[in-house]
Amino acid sequence: MEPSMIIQACVSGILMGGVYSLIAVGLTLIFGIMKIINFAHGAFMMLGMYVSYWVFIYFRIDPYLSILVSFAILFLVGILTQIFLIERVIDTPEHNPLLITLGLWIFLENLALMIWSPDFRTVKVSYSAKSFVVHDIIFSFPRILAFLSAFVLAFLLYLFLKKTDIGKAIRAISEEKIGARLVGINVKKINYITLGIGAACAGVAGSIITPFFHVEPYIGEHFVITAFVVVVLGGMGNFIGSLVGGIILGLCEALAAVLLPGSFKLLVTYLIFMIVLLFRPAGIFSKRPG
Amino acid sequence: MNFGGRSLAFSILGLLVSILIPLFLDAYYLHILITILFWGYLGSCWNILGGYAGQFSFGHAAFFGVGAYASSLLFVDAGISPWIGMLAGAVLALVLGLFIGYLCFRYGLKGPYFALSMLACAQMLQIIAVNWKAVKGALGVLIPLGDSFLNFTFKNRLPYYYIILAMMIGILILTKWIQEKRLGYYFFAIREDEDAAKALGINIQKYKMMAMALSAFTTAMGGTFYAQYYYYIDPSLSFGGSVSIDILLRPIVGGPGTVFGPLVGSLLLSPLSEITRSLFRQYSGLHQMIFGSILIATVIFLPRGIMGLVQDIGLQIRRKVKKVGPHEPA
Repeated sequence: MEPSMIIQACVSGILMGGVYSLIAVGLTLIFGIMKIINFAHGAFMMLGMYVSYWVFIYFRIDPYLSILVSFAILFLVGILTQIFLIERVIDTPEHNPLLITLGLWIFLENLALMIWSPDFRTVKVSYSAKSFVVHDIIFSFPRILAFLSAFVLAFLLYLFLKKTDIGKAIRAISEEKIGARLVGINVKKINYITLGIGAACAGVAGSIITPFFHVEPYIGEHFVITAFVVVVLGGMGNFIGSLVGGIILGLCEALAAVLLPGSFKLLVTYLIFMIVLLFRPAGIFSKRPG
Repeated sequence: MNFGGRSLAFSILGLLVSILIPLFLDAYYLHILITILFWGYLGSCWNILGGYAGQFSFGHAAFFGVGAYASSLLFVDAGISPWIGMLAGAVLALVLGLFIGYLCFRYGLKGPYFALSMLACAQMLQIIAVNWKAVKGALGVLIPLGDSFLNFTFKNRLPYYYIILAMMIGILILTKWIQEKRLGYYFFAIREDEDAAKALGINIQKYKMMAMALSAFTTAMGGTFYAQYYYYIDPSLSFGGSVSIDILLRPIVGGPGTVFGPLVGSLLLSPLSEITRSLFRQYSGLHQMIFGSILIATVIFLPRGIMGLVQDIGLQIRRKVKKVGPHEPA
């Protein structure tokens, strides 16, 4: 094994990790507020990819510009999901919201399968195959772009959470729900917004990877499970933890792909998941072990 | 076991009908009956852990696949009868269940965490099965055709029907037995409030492990049946996420934590799945879409499943009868 292959794997791993971070940030935000693991998150991402795909096919608009469209659409989808589905079961046993999002996942994925067929579709933009080489290490241009935009968007979201009133309310609820309600925060409204933003994160993440990833109905499955692992790794509800966790997982996955045969890299993902859940359920950045 | 006179009569009637009815059906309807019983059986196995003990598993395909693979490989590679393989697979699944259960319950994983851990286990087994040459990798295992009881292979569908009927009756009796014994009360206590159950002196770890063991053992037997009925298994048919979802869907819709819930759920969903699949062949994904909607609708409108609805209606009728009864003061 040449060292350059390892370095190459690290580079691609970190770049992909940025996208995982953005997906996971949405998931962790939803978990932090409502203590719900959103199974439909991968389906939201898949919808975001299709939005960018169709906008590109019909209007020839670059996926990076259609980020705004998929943000708006998925924000709406998230709010509707909250109003019509999750809010009805929010105070019932915790497996109920889980089953709802599981049902929504199955529904959306198969809806996409039915109307858009299982065909693999790709968006060919001028920079899709562009890359530059530094010391034999290939830097794929669309992947760098995806990494940077993921982090810019995550940073914007961070500012939103820190600076705006709604953001502060979201953080307040995730820390102390009853207290937040007592000081007059409209928890219901914040729940809508949180699910909207969470879904929009997934959708936008879908949009920014369309220039170099195929679009198909089942594409979300891999990403959502990876995002679960990232969220657990970074600590449920921990924003910064998810950002760092995404990079770590991207790295692990890419290294495993180089070092292990076949599709064993996925096994590494699940092993990390189980080990963290068992021994550090509060995430690797928490001070107490569980 | 405490069967009232009326429910004993109903049971015998149900048994007679289910024994005689396949004699009048053609192969297609017999197949639908078999799928009803098959998914009802698997749902009942899930129900022991999920419905009674309250530990929702999103990865029961792990046990199902272990059962299917163990018996199939023993049969194809070593010529051992699938009946013995069924037992071997069940024991293997039991060991796996105890191992997963020990890890998860020892470290206090519950609710969504447990559900996700089970999902991860099933996915890990799927990846291993895809990459492992000794279990034939992604190609899967083909069961040789035949017609002998010893080899669990039949040309006709009728023997399969009676086998799965016997398995279904077995799991119904087991569930009924659990429900009426102390074990069932322990399971209920853990499901309703784990901390309170612990405070009352119930060894939570032990009883969760028991539910896991029973559930894993029986689920694996269903896996063997699947392999022998369809003559083919592969990693995604055995360990795939859709198998896990199919297993938990019936008890959720029918009524988790009830004896007949999984069977009732299967009575509704399994024919629906077969019929939509054959009627709307060009719309692949439609039956899954319907399943997703039914799951959502059940959780929102019937959180206790169809059996919960039946119980509520029964209660209301009894109340009404009481109110207008001639011998009772208004």
